[in-house]
Amino acid sequence: MNAAFDRLTLTDVSRNFGRRRALSRVSFSCASGDIFGLLGHNGAGKSTLLAILATLLRPSSGQVRYGAHSATRGGAAVRASLGLLGHELQLYPELTAAENLRFFARLYGLSDVQARVRDALAAAALADRADDVVSGFSRGMRQRLALERTLLHDPRLLLLDEPFTGLDQASAAALIRRLRGLAAAGRIVIVATHDLDLAEGLLTRSVILREGRVAALHEDGLAVRARYEAALRPQRAAS
Amino acid sequence: MGEFIRVAWLVMQKDLTVEIRSREIVSTTVFFAISCVLVFAFALVKDGRTVVDAAAGILWIAIAFSGTLALGRTFERERYTDTLRALMLAPADRPAIYVGKLLAIVAMILVTEALLVPLVALMFQAALFDAPLLLGAILLTGTLGFAAVGTLFAAMLVRARSRDVLLPVLLYPITIPVIIGGVRGTAALLGTPTDVAMAQFWIGLLSFFDVVFIVLSLWTFEPLMTE
Repeated sequence: MNAAFDRLTLTDVSRNFGRRRALSRVSFSCASGDIFGLLGHNGAGKSTLLAILATLLRPSSGQVRYGAHSATRGGAAVRASLGLLGHELQLYPELTAAENLRFFARLYGLSDVQARVRDALAAAALADRADDVVSGFSRGMRQRLALERTLLHDPRLLLLDEPFTGLDQASAAALIRRLRGLAAAGRIVIVATHDLDLAEGLLTRSVILREGRVAALHEDGLAVRARYEAALRPQRAAS
Repeated sequence: MGEFIRVAWLVMQKDLTVEIRSREIVSTTVFFAISCVLVFAFALVKDGRTVVDAAAGILWIAIAFSGTLALGRTFERERYTDTLRALMLAPADRPAIYVGKLLAIVAMILVTEALLVPLVALMFQAALFDAPLLLGAILLTGTLGFAAVGTLFAAMLVRARSRDVLLPVLLYPITIPVIIGGVRGTAALLGTPTDVAMAQFWIGLLSFFDVVFIVLSLWTFEPLMTE
């Protein structure tokens, strides 16, 4: 059922909300192995772009292609290949960690649910808290659990919105290792973040958005902060 | 079809588990419905006598108001945790997700009704239990029709800022036929003797509304949920 693809391509993607234009003719592509950064100030269009990539929002114009598939035609097969970790963690606080994972594993129609849940809990370092309700977890614990929930079905494209929020140094380092591992295994990882210190050295490519437009597109992960500041400098000067 | 039922069951089971743990929706709707019935009882019952068919009207007003509360709260919970987006992103049939949510909401409203009906019968001296099967059928078909439209609208409005105002504004005009059917069907049970033929007529009509509303909701849920 999964749509196998190794390239994501955006061509002139725009999105309007009423008269406000949130994204304007955004184009880029990324391939398997990329850890691609979506950078920009608040309101630059990062979350809108992630929602479009997750097929939760239709672009007003332009096209997103997942290999040979489009979101409209690919439907469930494309969705089965996507994993989205939003700023809100998309977990049920009244359910236990194991129940949350089990619910989503069954919703995705995965086989061998118990083993997957056990592995996910171990990867989140929450095996000993499996039967505790999520409302009692710290933000960092919920963040780790949410990441494993996102990865349960082994998505080809992983979309992460501010994944470092609430993580301590050790957890952030573990997440970076995990993302590198996923990219090395051929996944496409897209990270929207403000945290340039963590982005530095993690991202292999990046795009900087300003007011919904591509301000800069970088084909390597070098000097992320310097390039970010350079790309957004004219705006600051103008303001 | 098996996959559709599996997903709907899974979503319903999840919603009911969450509700059993939090007891948030049923407790607030029961409290609200009881308050509603008591206020009407103090206003309309004088010396043990009341307006003809008032019990049927009050029962369905309480069901509609408390049902609206349940609908809003169920989706507010999904919005707060952003889990509705996680459900929409799953490769499952989106109409199956709608059916799962609908069944859970119907179950919660039925629990409220199980407490509401004896209270209305007691406060208004109404013979609601003379034909329990017919009453059950009217409550089930009426609740299903009301919740079918309500679930669709509540899901659609979940990201709207003024969702609390918009939900009743959109819901009540469209579900008026269901509420009228519920009131007239229940009133037919309160006569002496019970007007079985009339009650059956309203049950048939309510079932027809259910089919229309559910088919339309299944058809429109997916496009409405993709912004």
